[in-house]
Amino acid sequence: MGPAPELDELNAFFWTSGADGELRMQYCDECHYWQHPPSVCCRKCLGEGIAAKPLAGTGTVGAITVNRMPWMPGLKVPYILVIVELDEQPGLRLTSAMPGVEPGAVQIGDRVKVCFEQREDVWVPFFELLS
Amino acid sequence: MNSAYSEKQCIISGVGQSEIGRRLPRNGLQLTIDAVKQALDDAGLSRADIDGVSSWPGQLQHAAPGFSPVAIGDLREAMDLKLSWYNAGYEATQMSAVLNACLAVASGQARHVICFRTMTEASSMAKGIRSSVLGTGSQRISGTFQWQLPFGAFSASSWIALVASRYMHEFGATREQLAQIALTARSNAMLNERAIYRDPLSLDDYLASRMISDPLCLFDCDVPIDGSTVIIVSHRDCAPDLKSKPVHIEAIAGPLYGRDSWDQQADLTRFAAEDAGKMLWSRTDFRPKDVDFAELYDGFSFLTLLWLEGLGFCERGEAAAFVEGGERISRDGQLPLATHGGQLSAGRTHGMGYFHEAVKQLRGEAGSHQLAGERKLAVVSNGGGNLAGAALLRRE
Ligand SMILES: [Zn+2]
Repeated sequence: MGPAPELDELNAFFWTSGADGELRMQYCDECHYWQHPPSVCCRKCLGEGIAAKPLAGTGTVGAITVNRMPWMPGLKVPYILVIVELDEQPGLRLTSAMPGVEPGAVQIGDRVKVCFEQREDVWVPFFELLS
Repeated sequence: MNSAYSEKQCIISGVGQSEIGRRLPRNGLQLTIDAVKQALDDAGLSRADIDGVSSWPGQLQHAAPGFSPVAIGDLREAMDLKLSWYNAGYEATQMSAVLNACLAVASGQARHVICFRTMTEASSMAKGIRSSVLGTGSQRISGTFQWQLPFGAFSASSWIALVASRYMHEFGATREQLAQIALTARSNAMLNERAIYRDPLSLDDYLASRMISDPLCLFDCDVPIDGSTVIIVSHRDCAPDLKSKPVHIEAIAGPLYGRDSWDQQADLTRFAAEDAGKMLWSRTDFRPKDVDFAELYDGFSFLTLLWLEGLGFCERGEAAAFVEGGERISRDGQLPLATHGGQLSAGRTHGMGYFHEAVKQLRGEAGSHQLAGERKLAVVSNGGGNLAGAALLRRE
């Protein structure tokens, strides 16, 4: 479901993080601030001491849609897209999907946890219901 | 108010629009020239008077077929224009063609600037290319789209549907309320012989239509077209020499104060529309209550709700109630919207079409869909997500 990202020096840690089952994002030790997408410095203090750090991988569904349009041949619809509010910090979010979950089985406010789908050298972080 | 602001030196001297249609037999450059000729004639200018061209986003022929097929260079060569100043660029707000034209005219870089937006998305789609849907090829994705496409969020319909779902959750807005944006556009389009969709549309039709990305249905999404729209921005000193009634650019703004992102902004349901509202009203003594009608961006119906709030026509979280029942935003209401049918029913002219319509209405030249009564002040807005531009247009 979807193309793979082009890996570069900034994003490679994020897209390969799932290899050991962990979701990682950049964290600034000075500001105690998580930032996403990754950048060359902390957007609070401009310090370069930001580093990839594992998150719990849990969060809450902040927004949800069911895509029903087969945008390209072979795309299986419908499927659920979500914006997950990650537990670590208010406003730290990830747009993602919940493959294999029936439309109607998830709503805003539901608790979810990360799961990964490997696509060549990339691990795409999807989400599933936290039961 | 600071009368030195660039836009206060500027007027819209002419407007033009090619045929707007689904698969036209004319290419993007031909459509653009059609619109330019009409705008020149409208203004009473000749091509020798034109010394500037401004466009957004610039030619993107290969990246997104049909989305922006015409380069400024194509137009300059085809029409033998002698340009003192020209500019186009993708890393700019959607309204930047007009905003930059104001800067150029006020600073003396040019006196008469053509601003154009041309699309041939309908023809591209007919060839099997979905120009507004990215990442459907096999190539790898870099840049900001990597945060959407690998997850299956291919289309702006899904990105906006996500935010719409959150908005409905927070504020209790309903599909019946959102429908009024589409129904209002359609009822106006029925009066406009140039609109794409002119059949009556009922609330039942809307509710029964195919869902695209919940909660957005078919009628919440605008319609791709082939067509070109041109406005000419001139120095206000030129007004006495023009054939047209001048329309003043009272204020224009295209800021981004928040995150350049669709999901990391401080509040998920506040788009840059709010930034544009703040800056727009800081550049004029007029207030939202003074506005006679508004051409608010409706690339998706939901975006219009955020524009109503962002521009201060209603309080935060109250846009759905504001449009409920449709009376307030109808042709005879307190704030008529989408008076030509919007992009939802008149076609995705991608922002510039609203300028064309607002100018025609302000001059009293909108013909079969002219609003009743005196209309002196109009708001035009462009964009969604991290793109937002707004302008306030004023008749003498
Ligand atoms: Zn920091």
